[in-house]
Amino acid sequence: MTRQANRLGTDLVAGARIDRSKSIWFTFNGRRYEGHEGDTLASALVANDVQLVARSFKYHRPRGFFGAGAEDPCVMVQVGVGAETLPNLRATQVELYDGLVADSVNAWPSVNHDVGIVNDLMSRLLPAGFYYKTFMWPASWWTTYEHVIRNAAGMGVAPKQPDPDTYDHMHIHCDVLIVGGGPSGLAAALAAGRTGARVIIVDEQSEMGGSILASRLLVDDKPGAEWLASALAELGAMEEVRVMPRTTAFGHYDHNHMGLLERRTDHLGPGHDIARQRMWKVRAGQVIHAGGAIERSLVFAGNDRPGVMLASAAATYVNRWAARPGQKTVIFTNNDSAYGVAADLADAGISVQAIVDLRVEPGAAALEEASARNIEVLTASCVVETRGKRAVEGVTVMKLNDAGDGVVVGERRFDCGLVAVSGGWSPAVHLHCHAGGKVDYDEIQGCFVPGKTLEAARSVGAANGQLDLADCLTAGWQAGTNAAADTGFRKPGKVPKGPTATAVEVSPPRHVWIIPAKPGEENKVKRFVDLQNDVTDADVRLAAREGYRSVEHLKRYTTLGMGTDQGKTSNIPGLGILAAELEKSLPDVGTTTFRPPYTAITMGAIAGRYTGQMLEPVRRSPMHHWHENHGAAFEDVGQWKRPWYYPQDGEDMHAAVARECLAARNAIGILDATTLGKIDIQGPDASEFLNRIYTNAWSKLAVGRCRYGLMLSEDGMVMDDGVTSCISDNRYLMTTTSGNAASVMGWLEEWLQTEWPDLKVWCNSISEYWATLTISGPFARDLLAELCSDIDVSNDGLPFMSWREGTVAGAPARVFRISFTGEVSFEINVPASHGLGLWQALMTAGEKYGITPYGTEAMHVLRAEKGYIIVGQETDGTMTPYDLDMDWIVSKKKPDFIGKRSLGRADFLRDDRKQLVGLFTEDPLEVLPEGAQIVDDPNAPIPMPMIGHVTSSYLSANLGRSIALAVVKGGINRKGETVHLPLENGRTVRAEITGMVFYDPQGERLNG
Amino acid sequence: MKRYSIFSLVRNAVSHHKDWPKAWRSPDPKAEYDVVIVGGGGHGLATAYYLAKNHGITNVAVIEKGWLGGGNTGRNTTIIRSNYLWDESAHLYEHSLKLYEGLSQELNYNIMLSQRGVLNLAHNQHDLRELSRRISANRLNGIDSEFLTPADIKNMVPLMDVSPEARYPVMGASLQKRGGVARHDAVAWGYARAADDRGVDIIQQCEVTGILREGGAVTGVETTRGTIKAKKVALAVAGHTSMLAQMADVRLPITSHPLQAMVSEPVKPALDCVVMSNAVHGYISQSDRGEMVMGAGIDTMTGYTQRGALPVVEELQRAIVCLFPSFSRLRLMRQWGGIVDTCPDASPIVSKTPVGGLYVNGGWGTGGFKATPGSGWVYAHTIARDEAHELNAPFALERFTTGALIDEHGAAAVAH
Repeated sequence: MTRQANRLGTDLVAGARIDRSKSIWFTFNGRRYEGHEGDTLASALVANDVQLVARSFKYHRPRGFFGAGAEDPCVMVQVGVGAETLPNLRATQVELYDGLVADSVNAWPSVNHDVGIVNDLMSRLLPAGFYYKTFMWPASWWTTYEHVIRNAAGMGVAPKQPDPDTYDHMHIHCDVLIVGGGPSGLAAALAAGRTGARVIIVDEQSEMGGSILASRLLVDDKPGAEWLASALAELGAMEEVRVMPRTTAFGHYDHNHMGLLERRTDHLGPGHDIARQRMWKVRAGQVIHAGGAIERSLVFAGNDRPGVMLASAAATYVNRWAARPGQKTVIFTNNDSAYGVAADLADAGISVQAIVDLRVEPGAAALEEASARNIEVLTASCVVETRGKRAVEGVTVMKLNDAGDGVVVGERRFDCGLVAVSGGWSPAVHLHCHAGGKVDYDEIQGCFVPGKTLEAARSVGAANGQLDLADCLTAGWQAGTNAAADTGFRKPGKVPKGPTATAVEVSPPRHVWIIPAKPGEENKVKRFVDLQNDVTDADVRLAAREGYRSVEHLKRYTTLGMGTDQGKTSNIPGLGILAAELEKSLPDVGTTTFRPPYTAITMGAIAGRYTGQMLEPVRRSPMHHWHENHGAAFEDVGQWKRPWYYPQDGEDMHAAVARECLAARNAIGILDATTLGKIDIQGPDASEFLNRIYTNAWSKLAVGRCRYGLMLSEDGMVMDDGVTSCISDNRYLMTTTSGNAASVMGWLEEWLQTEWPDLKVWCNSISEYWATLTISGPFARDLLAELCSDIDVSNDGLPFMSWREGTVAGAPARVFRISFTGEVSFEINVPASHGLGLWQALMTAGEKYGITPYGTEAMHVLRAEKGYIIVGQETDGTMTPYDLDMDWIVSKKKPDFIGKRSLGRADFLRDDRKQLVGLFTEDPLEVLPEGAQIVDDPNAPIPMPMIGHVTSSYLSANLGRSIALAVVKGGINRKGETVHLPLENGRTVRAEITGMVFYDPQGERLNG
Repeated sequence: MKRYSIFSLVRNAVSHHKDWPKAWRSPDPKAEYDVVIVGGGGHGLATAYYLAKNHGITNVAVIEKGWLGGGNTGRNTTIIRSNYLWDESAHLYEHSLKLYEGLSQELNYNIMLSQRGVLNLAHNQHDLRELSRRISANRLNGIDSEFLTPADIKNMVPLMDVSPEARYPVMGASLQKRGGVARHDAVAWGYARAADDRGVDIIQQCEVTGILREGGAVTGVETTRGTIKAKKVALAVAGHTSMLAQMADVRLPITSHPLQAMVSEPVKPALDCVVMSNAVHGYISQSDRGEMVMGAGIDTMTGYTQRGALPVVEELQRAIVCLFPSFSRLRLMRQWGGIVDTCPDASPIVSKTPVGGLYVNGGWGTGGFKATPGSGWVYAHTIARDEAHELNAPFALERFTTGALIDEHGAAAVAH
């Protein structure tokens, strides 16, 4: 093969948008080829006469280039290797770069010799939905069948290594967002830009221009390219206009929220250290959809052979890339647009054998173009078959009858390597529809056009069913002017005229959804609707016959339009065939829903940077590095990293926790409790607010005093707990559990904003502003007294459940005398910046007392020894205060609080509810697994009735035995009874129900 | 009913597939039925099938405003599992899973039940505790459930990041081997064909506009195709349950939200089981076609549009890329939305109502597909006998007044 055998010389195609002086070498299926800068992988392969590129999904039939852009259903390739490999790229959208390596997908051993073709030989047995009807016997074989099916399915191969690339998110507002940089989009951008509005215009291709890039029509009496250059120069000079090529508007979401995907390095190949792609999230005042239209195929026998191509694609390969898709050509059309293609091809030296037109009367201008080039036009005719092995070698043409459902005797045969087909045009209504826009059916053009929209948006140009260049320019200009005006931008003075072109008269197309085959061959031929998924007209008709009459049923039963192209070229022909089969009109059949994204978008780009370590921010307390330096093991608690335990000298977790627990009861334990949620509640109605939020009464809490509170959700279940302190008149500091801090804040705001807007209360989350250090143990008071001279920390000066403001080790502090260990305990809050200093001061001064830092695990053990609950561990959204044996905290006097009404419900008064109790195992050293289920009769058959489960379980160093908290049906009245716990390992453990307070039941240690 | 088999395929291949009978008729509505089921999704169709099969009630119409299986049946991520914590849920979903296991043969329609295993991941101590609680409960309830270590998980799902350095490292998982996925459309179509075969009228493109009552009991429905009398009316209209019930002045504690799902482009097998995570919120499986099927939580705003907002897509993709860093380079092909009805306790309502002869089946939240056969089974029982089956008795409407909630919020290992 010669280099670029099908590259047309400058003598034949003058204006191609490739740089012939720059060679790019690439590899496809192991062979090296040459292309030029400006080429896509598809255009370069066309130029190199590579026709067989892919195989279809189901039958593995040969597939070649059918389109030239996003619409191509077939030409999926795997690009790149290793961690950078990309499956399923459409060759028509891959820009060429030096060293590009691409391979066909889903063909074995090669695309030229694919054993999957055996499916094609069996295709009679594999009609639409065949798999619903078989593979059921014997039932156990399904897994084997499925294994084979799975391996046969899929297209490209997913990479196996982590993605080495990064992706950015961008956020932007604009007045007018224009989707599509073709003639109408550019005209709109010029009009809107000149008003001073902030304009963004995007186009998915490597350069702006749309159809102009592949057209020889004049704009403003200039060659299109010349006008394009001047338009882009003008837009480039406008400060408020952003022109974004290589950017796909993939989704139109509610309220003009638009998703764009910008490709920054894909055209350069791997190895660039900027973000590979950017997802732009745009809020647009006005949106103009100018995404053009997609040409459709015709459904005729053998229409899937490589060499059958959309007419517009053929013209694009020739005009834009100077790539010749075939030498001898037959044009097969139902409308006038293909005549221009015939002219383009003929002028580029391609021999156009004939134009086969379904219509009796083509347009006069169209006919003139053909006759000027001596191209034979066969009217009222159709292609009834294509010939060839792996590619088209010729076609047979017959006359079509008046009804369009049969042919008239008499064949013409043509030799040709290219069949350029046009079945009419479908506006790209996708984005318009994403946000709930409706479509109307255009009977004449046989397509859906944009109808009513819910958005501040409009569609123009081909995207609105206007196929004539002159109309597009005018409409685009008008839309740009109006959209800008709607956002408040008007150009003062005389309204200037927009760009113009010469209008062309056209005749309407003729819609024949199924092109008849040669007489007697109706059952032998295959006419494809969906070229990727191998859906034929027979499949569509079969679905309708079997009762799958809705378009959605059709799609799902036949897989029509379910491929990676999402049916861009196959949708309307499929609907046409269904409508005919059901004897309905096409609009009555309707269309399937258009869903984002318009074309497939990289999942990593949607995730952006917010993945991996940056999935969520890591929250660390001001003392975090101290913990790290002292060997702490951490656990994740929500977004926080909390010290779990501090192993020393080869201690395991168990030994470390035991040591920490003993220290907290016998010396001093110090805990970093910074993560506790803290909410500053202020306002004249603050105490009333607390009365409604908590179950107990708050009106009489004096300044300087603290109170423990329980919060219920509306269903009466415990939701959160914590200590709230009265800071001053009308001001409280609420603490929440670490994990619920944000949700409680949201909860408070929801009630304030939606239910009680009359309350004068303001809430502020201040969790991060304070560091909280808890010292606990018999010497805690001595230590505090040493470091704090301005607070009387004696039992009288700072009694249990009170707080004082003062200075601790030089730091301004709020000292709370509250306890989660049952020991004398102080929670010292200092501004976050003082946290580390205070921690170090306490550690130094506390050394003589044996101060020991303890982590969350020891905290859990210490509180369990005292029977204190942890919300989320002892509770799971199904525990009432009564179930927790906390009746004392539920006010009987308050008129109302959240959850009160639910507490009176019948089910809450059952005495066999699951209630919180303690458990002692028979063997004091046996530690029950948390989560273990509790039963009365371990010999009961499965399903074995369960009466509760272990919520917390530890080995208590202070008690020298294991302890557990559990919920047990009717447990409060079953103390002393024995229950059974059938464990995972098959062993059953016996345990006695006890009270919850295992240590210091009288609470004497609280006061030291 | 002409049976489907490889032999019938061969036979029909000879006649170029021109003689396949309709999978179901498209009859005009009769003037009166014993039971009118409103909603032609999986639940409604399964109910009709079991009414006919288990209870001999065949004078039944299923009325569907759009197309069969067009609601949440055709929009979900098709996950099937029964490893629920609470006994009430576990028994119902397990009954459903057992029915699924023989459903292809029962209906003579391949629903492609794919028991590839469902993994629920744990990412912190709290998750682990809840996991072991659930595994323990499942085991005693006779539901297969086992614990996997990160090493086991890596073995089973090589592309998942289980490294301890991860932001929220994978610390373990529960595995229900019998869990998996099924072809959702086939479930609806299979039930439709089998119900039709037993005489049930399936009436599509027919919207119910009113529920007729006399003396506190239903007498029929008004529809866009006229009045249809009925002794009993049963709602199975996920997404609009509260609106339909309102037509009979029954208020339900239900709110409706969009729920999104999405698929990637198809690739060769890369993920063999279903993976669900709550802390890194998302779930994913690979379909037999090769697409990665993904979902997450509901859109927080209430709404009836069957589409969702972009931020939810972002959140989900962050989670998926976190768990599967190589999937970052795959491409999202399609996203869509359904509407889910959620109850305050995240459990469904399958129940009689204060209106005689009116039944409600809804509020399945995000978990309805896996319940389809079981739901149909117990709902049919409830309708036929005018009293709940023992499996759905706990899911009665009264629980919201008695307080006997089945709260799967705190208990479910993942959004379900």
